[in-house]
Amino acid sequence: MLFGFEWDTTNALTLALSILPILMVGLWVTLQATVLGFFVALVMGMVLAVLKGARSRLVSWPAYAVTEFIRDTPLLVQLFFLYYVLPEYGIVLPAFLTGALALGIQYSAYTSEVYRAGLEAVGHDQREAARALNLSRARTFTHVIVPQAIPRIIPAMGNYLVSIMKDVPVLSVVTVLEMLNVARIVGDRTFDYLVPLSMVGGIYLILTLVASSGVRWLDRNLPNQGIPLK
Amino acid sequence: MNDPIIRFDNVVKRFGDHTVLDELNFDIRKGEKVTIIGPSGSGKSTVLRILMTLEGIEGGVVHVGGEPLWHEHGPVGLVPASQAHLHRMRGQLGMVFQQFNLFPHMTVLRNITEAPVKVLGLGKAEARDRAEELLELVGLSDHAQKYPHQLSGGQQQRVGIARALAMRPNILLFDEPTSALDPELVGEVLNVIGQLSEEHDLTMLLVTHEMRFAREISDRILFFDQGRIVEEGSPAQLFTSPQRERTREFLGSELDRVLAV
Amino acid sequence: MTPHWIEYLPPLIEGAWVTLQLTVFSTFLGVVMAFLFGVGKLSHNPFIRAFSVAYIEVFRGTSLLVQLFWLYFALPLTGQAIGIDLRLPPVVAGVLALGLNIGAYGAEVVRGAIQSVHPGQHEAALALNFTPRQTMLGVTIPQAVPEMMPAFGNLAVQNLKDTALVSLISLGDMTFRAEQIRNFTQDSTVIYTMLLFMYFGMALVLTAIMRLLERRVGQWRPGKG
Ligand SMILES: Nc1ncnc2c1ncn2[C@@H]1O[C@H](COP(=O)(O)OP(=O)(O)OP(=O)(O)O)[C@@H](O)[C@H]1O
Ligand SMILES: [Mg+2]
Repeated sequence: MLFGFEWDTTNALTLALSILPILMVGLWVTLQATVLGFFVALVMGMVLAVLKGARSRLVSWPAYAVTEFIRDTPLLVQLFFLYYVLPEYGIVLPAFLTGALALGIQYSAYTSEVYRAGLEAVGHDQREAARALNLSRARTFTHVIVPQAIPRIIPAMGNYLVSIMKDVPVLSVVTVLEMLNVARIVGDRTFDYLVPLSMVGGIYLILTLVASSGVRWLDRNLPNQGIPLK
Repeated sequence: MNDPIIRFDNVVKRFGDHTVLDELNFDIRKGEKVTIIGPSGSGKSTVLRILMTLEGIEGGVVHVGGEPLWHEHGPVGLVPASQAHLHRMRGQLGMVFQQFNLFPHMTVLRNITEAPVKVLGLGKAEARDRAEELLELVGLSDHAQKYPHQLSGGQQQRVGIARALAMRPNILLFDEPTSALDPELVGEVLNVIGQLSEEHDLTMLLVTHEMRFAREISDRILFFDQGRIVEEGSPAQLFTSPQRERTREFLGSELDRVLAV
Repeated sequence: MTPHWIEYLPPLIEGAWVTLQLTVFSTFLGVVMAFLFGVGKLSHNPFIRAFSVAYIEVFRGTSLLVQLFWLYFALPLTGQAIGIDLRLPPVVAGVLALGLNIGAYGAEVVRGAIQSVHPGQHEAALALNFTPRQTMLGVTIPQAVPEMMPAFGNLAVQNLKDTALVSLISLGDMTFRAEQIRNFTQDSTVIYTMLLFMYFGMALVLTAIMRLLERRVGQWRPGKG
C-alpha cells in the first residue's frame, strides 16, 4: 500500500491497473517540479543573459564563465551540492524546493542562450530603422526587438520545458517522491520492477510526444512578424 | 550506323498536373552535336535529366543506344526498368552540371578517379593516368591536389567535364555549363567544350544560352517552347532564317539579353 | 598537516578514470547507434524507417534515469520470467543506457546533417553511376560529418554529465566516490566543490578534443583548409 492505494499482484495487468493511481500521485509531483524548475530557469536565465550582455567585461565575463560552468557540470552533482552544502550555511530547504532550484540552475545556462540568440536574431536593420524613427533605446528594445524575439524564444523554451520534465527523476536521489521514485518503491515492495518502471517509461513517452507536438504547433503558429508587448 | 543513339518517342513528363513534356519526339544520331535552346521553363533541363535518369517519365519511351532507357523488355512488351537496367544504361551517359556539383571533400584528382575506380573497377594507377591525361586536356594539370573551393568557377567546371569524361561515356550532356560563371570565365570552359566537339565518336547534347558558341559547334539546333520542339535545323538555317514567329521572337529577346549585359 | 582535500584526491581520481571510461565507451556506442538509426530513418524500407523512428522516439521520449533503472532492475526480472539470465553488471547497464540514450539524440543530428547535403551531390553521384550505398558512404556521409560535429560535441559533454547518474546503480564513478567520502567525512562543501571542478575540467578537455576533431574532418571546407 502506498498513498492509501492497495496493489493487486494477481498478474501484471491487475498490478498495472492498481498502481496507476499511485503513479499519478508521483506524476503530480513531477509536473510541479517541472513547472517550478522551469520558472526558476526562465528567471535565472534572464538574469544571466542580461549580465552577459553588459557593456562592461567585468560583468559579462564572469557571467559567461558561470554559464559555462553550470552547463558543463552534472545536474546530479549540482543537486547534491545544494542539498548538502546549503544547510551548512544555515539554509535549510525542503528537498522538493532544493530539487526544483537545482533544475532551474542547470537549465538557466541553456535558457540564457535562448534569450540571447532570440534577441540577436532580430536583424541589425530593425535596430537601424528604429534609430531612424528616433525611438529611444528602451523603446526600441521593448517595442521593436522583444516583440520580434518572442516567437523565436517560445518554441526553444518549450523544448527545455520538456527536457526539464525528463530530468525530474534525478530528484529522487534526495527523496523527492516523483514518479520514478514512486515506481521504484512499488518495485521494492512488490518485487516486480518491470511493470511500474515500464509504466513510467510509457507515461513519459506519452507526455513528451504530446508536449513536443505542442511545441511544434507553437513554432508553426506563432506570428512571424512578432508579438507586441501590451 | 544511321540508327539514332538517342530517340524520344512520344515522351510525356509531368510534375503533378503540370505537363512539362507533351508527347515529345526527336532523334539524335551517333556523334552528333546538338544544342537545345529555348525560354526558361520550356523543358530543356528536363530532357537532359530524363536521359541521365535523374527524372522518370510518365509516358512514351526513351531509347539510348537502341535500347529503352526507362523500360526493359518483359515477356509481353515493355516493363518499367529495374535498378540494374538503369545502372547498366547509365554507363553510356555523362553529365556536366550548371552548378558543377564537384565533390567538395575530394581533391580534384579524387573527383576524377573516384568513379572509375569504384564503378568501373579500374586500378588506382590506371585511373590516375587517365585523370592526368584529362586534366591536361582541360588545362588543369597543376591543380590535381587542390580542393574544389580553391579553384575558380571556370576551373571547377573544367574539372566537372574531366570527371564526366573519365567514365568514357558515349553521350555527354551539358546543362548550361557556363550559366553560373562570371563572364570572363565563360571562354575557358567553352574552349574545352569546343575541343570535345571535334571528337567524332562523342555524341553531345548541350543546353546553353551562348548562341554564338552553339552556332559554331552544333550540327543541329532544337528550339524548345513549352515542352515541344517548335523548330529545328542546322545552325545556319535556324539562326539566319528562322521559319517560325516564336523562334524569331526568342532569338530577338536573346540578342537583347546579350546586348544588355 | 596536509589539508583534507588532498586526501580526497586519490579516490576521486580513481572515480574519474571510471567516469572517463564510461564516457568513451558510451559515446562510441552512441555514435554507432546515431549513424545506424539516423540513416535508418531516411531508408526507403518502411520497416527500417518505422523501427528507427520508434527507437529514436522511445529513447528521447523517456527519461535517461528511467532507462537506466529499467535496464538494471526490470530487465533481469523479465529474463527470469522467460528463463534467461539478463542480469547486467552495472557497467554494462550504464554503458548501454547512456549509449542508447545519446544515440537517439545523435540519430536526429545525423539525419539532419545528411539531409543538409546538397541534392546536386546526389545527382552527380548518380550520373557517375555510384550505387546508393557508394553514394551514402563515399559522398553523403563524408560531407555530412563536419556538419554533425558541433552537435556531437555538445552531446559528448552531455554524455559526460550523464555518467554521474550511474553512481545510482552503485558504479564507482567520480560522483559515487564523492558520495562515499561525504558519508564518511561530512565535508560536503569541499568535496562537492572539487567534484564540480573535476567535471568542469573534463568537459573543457572533451570540448577541446571535439573542436580539434571538428577541424580535422572539415579540412576540405572553404576557409578551413
Ligand atoms: N522537380 C520539379 N518539380 C516541379 N516542377 C518542376 C520540377 N523541375 C522542373 N519543373 C518545372 O518543369 C518545367 C521545365 O523545367 P526545366 O528545368 O526543364 O526548364 P528549362 O527549360 O531548363 O528552364 P531554364 O532555362 O530556366 O533552366 C518548368 O516549368 C519547371 O517549373
Ligand atoms: Mg534548365
